Amino acid sequence: MFESAISIFSNPDTWYHYWDGFVTTVQLVFLSLLVGGLLAVPLAIMRTSKNRFISWPVWCFTYVFRGTPLLIQLYMIYYGVTLIDGIQESIWWVIFEGAFYPALIAFALNTAAYTTEIFRGAIEATPRGEIEAAKAYGMNWAKRMRRIILPSAFRRAIPAYSNEVIFMLHSSSIASLVTLIDLLGAARDIYARYYAPFEAFISIGLVYLCITFGILAIFKQIEKRMLGHLKPR
Amino acid sequence: MFDFQGYGPGIFGGAILTIELALLSLVLAFILGLLGALGKMSHSRLANGISTFYTTLIRGVPDLVWMMLLFFGGQIMVNAFFDMLYNLSDGRIDIYLPFNEFTSGVLTIGFIFGAYMSETFRGAIMAVDVGQIEAGKAYGMSSMKVFRRILFPQMMRHAIPGLANNWQVLLKTTALVSVIGLADMVRLASEAAKSTGQPFKFLLPAALVYLAISALSDLVFKHLNVRYSAGVERG
Repeated sequence: MFESAISIFSNPDTWYHYWDGFVTTVQLVFLSLLVGGLLAVPLAIMRTSKNRFISWPVWCFTYVFRGTPLLIQLYMIYYGVTLIDGIQESIWWVIFEGAFYPALIAFALNTAAYTTEIFRGAIEATPRGEIEAAKAYGMNWAKRMRRIILPSAFRRAIPAYSNEVIFMLHSSSIASLVTLIDLLGAARDIYARYYAPFEAFISIGLVYLCITFGILAIFKQIEKRMLGHLKPR
Repeated sequence: MFDFQGYGPGIFGGAILTIELALLSLVLAFILGLLGALGKMSHSRLANGISTFYTTLIRGVPDLVWMMLLFFGGQIMVNAFFDMLYNLSDGRIDIYLPFNEFTSGVLTIGFIFGAYMSETFRGAIMAVDVGQIEAGKAYGMSSMKVFRRILFPQMMRHAIPGLANNWQVLLKTTALVSVIGLADMVRLASEAAKSTGQPFKFLLPAALVYLAISALSDLVFKHLNVRYSAGVERG
């Protein structure tokens, strides 16, 4: 029963392939979280605005990106960019020829939509007294945002955001469907080469499990430091 | 604009399949979720261990990995199981069960979301006043009756927001079954998009169908929320 597993994992090529997949997954997840997070901060501030013309477009964006499957978004961007007139002759084609950047754009926009809603909830949960106190000190809107509202909102958002990070890690596996060799893509190659579904997919499942636990452990430390004052005594 | 070049009926059929798949998996996930939550709350160490193992393992690994494992390994597992039966019964039991994509889709999605639902239901059960359950027992109700008459109706009020959330995620996860060979809406739309070279024409309507289903289910859950909150004062 274990002979095939031994022959698969004693071959160094398997490990190289898994390592390449691991690097791709980590790059994809990290970059899309970075870009998505940076987009989400201004979007969340706009979303909480009392001016409908500012908040409504952001509502539309989050509603559409949270209401449709990431797979469709990925397909649209991946197949859609080839339609742009003349892109195949331009220098951009170097970037968009592969699947990495289309996947990155899809993932970043998707996680930006979810993160916007997480930040919005955290911003709206700011105690009224804190804002009133800031106003009483004569702080203007920008200063209130920067010094009072955002720092405490980011702290409150940490638990929900840790879920989003794990969610992003797991959704990143669909990158393997547009020819990218991420962790799951590597497992599919190993499966196809040896026709060994259990060895390939169970081993990659364990890798994902370990990364998930790693992320959870990191966030537990962050929460301990940043949310220590909220702990029940 | 509205000329789907003959792909229209196929994609419509795919949409129906998506809805069937989502609803059947929801039923399975609901049952598994209740069992998982009761297991986590139970005093039996075995039940506790099994449900914790189940929820941790399922939630730590991407859905797509589970689907591929079950889809590519499912037939081998089923065959191995019936081979074993064949050998054990000296050839009297001879069954070949072809593995069906729809069933494996429902099973995988049901199992995955059962794990998420366990957490939702566990929170909901904990929100029910213990006194209510004790009162039920004091009336001499069996634990089944306590569950059906007292615990379930009251926990549902707390479970509905989480349930609505899980349903929305589940609905979008059904898009992944297109990879394991099921001719659902996303697969048909993406094939049409590839062969005609017009991605937006086919993928946008598919995305709109998902949006419509999720808007419609918002209404249903709002109604359910009102129903299960009957008799509760709102602050």
